[in-house]
This record gives sequence, C-alpha cells and structure tokens, in this order.
Amino acid sequence: MYALIDCNNFYASCERLFRPELNGKPIVVLSNNDGCVIARSDEAKAIGIPMGAPAFEFEQTFLQNKVHVFSSNYALYGDMSNRVMSMLGEFAPEIEIYSIDEAFLHFKGFEKYDLSTYGSEIREKVTKGTGIPISIGFAPTKALAKVANKVAKKYPGLSGNVYCIDSEEKRIKALKWLKVGDVWGIGAQHEKRLKNLAIHTAYDFSEMNSSWVKNTMSIVGLRLQKELQGIPCLSMEEIQPKQNIAVTRSFEKNIKDFGLIRERVSTFAVTCAEKLRNQNSCCNTMMVFVLTNPFRRDLPQYRNNLTMQLPFPSNSSIELAEFAEMGLRKIYREGYEYKKAGVMVMNLTPEQNKQVCLFGNTNPIHQPAMQVIDGLNARLGMKKVKLASQNQGRTFKMRQEKLSPYYTTRLSDVIRVKA
Amino acid sequence: MNNIIQGREVCIYALDESEALLLPLVGSPVNAGFPSPATDFLENKIDLNAELIKNPSTTFVAITNGESMIGAGISDKDILIIDKSLPAKDGNIAVCFLDGEFTLKKLKIEKDVIWLMPQNPLFKPIKVTKENDFQIWGILTYSIQKHVRTY
Repeated sequence: MYALIDCNNFYASCERLFRPELNGKPIVVLSNNDGCVIARSDEAKAIGIPMGAPAFEFEQTFLQNKVHVFSSNYALYGDMSNRVMSMLGEFAPEIEIYSIDEAFLHFKGFEKYDLSTYGSEIREKVTKGTGIPISIGFAPTKALAKVANKVAKKYPGLSGNVYCIDSEEKRIKALKWLKVGDVWGIGAQHEKRLKNLAIHTAYDFSEMNSSWVKNTMSIVGLRLQKELQGIPCLSMEEIQPKQNIAVTRSFEKNIKDFGLIRERVSTFAVTCAEKLRNQNSCCNTMMVFVLTNPFRRDLPQYRNNLTMQLPFPSNSSIELAEFAEMGLRKIYREGYEYKKAGVMVMNLTPEQNKQVCLFGNTNPIHQPAMQVIDGLNARLGMKKVKLASQNQGRTFKMRQEKLSPYYTTRLSDVIRVKA
Repeated sequence: MNNIIQGREVCIYALDESEALLLPLVGSPVNAGFPSPATDFLENKIDLNAELIKNPSTTFVAITNGESMIGAGISDKDILIIDKSLPAKDGNIAVCFLDGEFTLKKLKIEKDVIWLMPQNPLFKPIKVTKENDFQIWGILTYSIQKHVRTY
C-alpha cells in the first residue's frame, strides 16, 4: 500500500502556527515580489479570492474582508516542511518527498496492519508535534493514493483527514466522485478531449478502451489508467504535479564524496532547467535534498532537504545549477554514504515577461536584465552568463513587504513569550 | 536553529538539526614538553544540540519577556526550548497561547479547570475558562540563561 500525505493549506498553516490568533481567519500568501496569491486558507477561498490573483488588484478585497496578507517566507516553509518530512520518514520504510508539502510513503510489508488506524496515529503525531495539520490517503497505487487523499481532505468530518481505499467498492465510489480533470496528471487539454467523449469522472476514464488511451495519451496515460484500476505501475519520478518538476535519482552505489554528489545534483538542476524551458516556464523556488539508504540500518542515517527562494524566476541551466550547488553545500554532511539526491523546482510561472505585464507589480529592472542574461546565455555560453548572474545580486532586491519573521531559523526572530 | 546565508543572488535557509555543536569535554592544562594524557580522549565531545533537543522535528525556540517565572529560575530574555510533541501534564511549564498572546506558565491541571501558575508572588494565577481563546502550544524542556557580564 501507498500513502500520499499532504499538508493542509501548508503555507497558511505555517504562518498560523506562530500567530494562533489567525486560526479561522482568512490568510493569503503572495508569490516572490508580492506579485500574486500563491496560497490561501480555507477562509480566503470562501471569500472567493482565486489562486493567482494579482495582489494589487485585490488590495481592496483584502482590506474589506480583513484578509491577512503574507509575503512568501521560504525560510519558514522550508524548515517546517523538513520537520514534517523527517517525522513522516519514521513511520514507513520508504518515503518519497514529492513537493514541499507532499510525500508518498510506501507501506511494504504492512499488509496485516490496520492502516486507517495507523494513519490516524501518524496524522495525530505529526499534527501535534509540528503544528501542521496533514491529510493522508492510502491506496494500493500512487495514483489512487492521490485520489484517497482528496477524499480525506474534502470530507474531514467523515474521514478524520485519513482515508483508505482498501476495497473495490471504495475504489469505484471514489473514482466516480472525482472529476476527470482533477485526476493527477490529466491536464486541461486531455480533459477537454475526454469531455468531448463524455468522459466526466475518473471512473469513466479508468473504464475506457486502453488502446485509445495509449494512442492519445501515450504510455504515461496508459499507466495512469492502470494505476486507477488498482494496478501499480508508476515509479515515483514518472508523473509530475502540475506545479513542480522534480529530478531525483537513486545512485547505483552509495556515494560519500562531495564532488561526485555535486556533479549529480548539478546535472539534475540542468535537467530541471531544460524541462522548464521546454514548457516555457520559470521556477521561483528550488528544493535540494540528499538522503542515505534507509534500508541500511547498519550505516549512519542522514537526510536533509533545503528550500531556496530564488531572487528572480529562472529557467537558466547555469543559474539553477549554481543555486542547486549552493543548496547542496548547506545540507551535505561528511561521513555519510548517500544513496539518493534530487532537485525539485516549484512555484512555476510563465516565462519572464508574462509575469510583469500580467500583474504589473515588480521591479521594472527585472525583465530587461533577464533578457540580457538569456541573450548572453544563448550567444556566449557559460562563462559570460556566470558573470552576468554574479552581478545581479546588487541589482535585484526582492520585494517582501509582508514578510513574517523567520520564526524557526533565526534566533532574533523566534516568538516572544510573556513570562 | 541555523544561520541564514545571504548570498548575492539567493538566500539560503535551513533548520539545522544535524550539525552537532561540539565542545571538548576534557580540558587539561598543557604541560610543555610532555604529551597530554588527555589527547587520547579528545574524541569525547558534548553535543549540546543532542543533549537539549531530543526531538528536533518538534522542538522550537522562543525568548521570554517578563519576570513572572523567576521562581522557576526563568528570567527575562531567557532562551526557551519547547517540545510540541510532549503531552501537557500537571506541573509542567508550558508555552500557552491565551487570548492573543503567548505566555509561559506552570500548568496546574484540575478536573474541570486549568490554572496557569506564575512563579512569582507579584503575579496572580490565571484561571482558564471556556471563554478564553486558549491553547497549550508546547512544553518547556530547557531554559537557557546568560550569566556572564560583558560590560
């Protein structure tokens, strides 16, 4: 069985942990440079603030509804994510961190366990210990675990935020409930095409003629269909969430040497950058992680990940490789035998110029400078661009007017307690 | 907790639970000309992170503001180490969230009522009722006080 665990309204939950008076109040978190809304609490959703809402356009709405607005604080979110993931890793033999607030656990050999009960225990311990509420979906495949998680989240009263698809009946019921466009990995284009064929629910899709699925949606679509039928066939790296690109690999054998891991991590970052350029998007956030082999109980264990907020959206191989290396230097510890590493890029936005004209919010220096960098990138190759990127630091200052304190990573920013 | 690297083009942040803070356990006077017998034992180090933080994932740091807990040896501006995973038990000192602010008090848990007990005669116990917006946020495991005077 697999479990997909995800943090409920993760960014808002992080902010609330240190401001408990904001429980039950609407919260939004803004993207880099305070451009647009990237996270909302349930209350903010209820007011009707859409995802991606340009901050300047919604200023009035925020005021009228007493919405608490935060700049994104990745120091805080990254640290809280790390805490949640470390705790989760203790509950199952295998964990795959899937995004800053999602992870798969693989419960191999837990067949005789009552996973619903175990899930409730996991949920309670993590939620109490970190202060971040989570939802858990169990199922025989990853795609179904994702579905189960949606059920758990949608019906907290019934499920207690834990839902287990452990029978054919439950599988069919959940799939009939889920709209086909909400299925993991089915994008807007496929959704349109499927709807024209009167395929409306995940269940309809799972029952379709498989050769049509293969021809139209390639082998990836076919695997997804099989997964929804309850046949596990996805390895972790195969389906990407819409808002993340991850490149993670297990090494053939354990690596101790920093240079070797750096080479791998740089390569992952370059691959991420290529994928970003392919789909004309840039990332605003990067996560780097390393871990030792959890099955080698005889070896010292270490895992760590680090989330970096980039000062500008980028899809340049060189820049992303540099960021990844900086991140790796921060989390690499000597003396461990590493089994796996990865780079994940998040908070994707359309390629440069679009953000500026859509939301008209940012430092006007950004756009031409980015174009210059990209121009250099194309014409002159690596070294020149490195120079350009080094000069940027002085020019770019992130706009973060509503930044909360670095509660967990800076002593001067910790909470004050009246005594 | 961990410092933050403010690079030219990126800010890096991490909570550091893995980097041990190592202090030498043995400090023997050095006798010139003779090898110190303590060198053989120099691998013994005290790791304060490991000693004071048993559950890194659920441990948070705070700073006090006020004198209500001096009887428990906690003064103004002390550093608090708080574990959120521990159960709230009678007699523990806890960081509580009460009506809009964090407060540090000793818990007195009775059948139907919780009392927040200051450890200073100048302060009065606080009775927590249903009307209060109240939450036990975390349990105090250690407090750290600076004693050296640098002026």
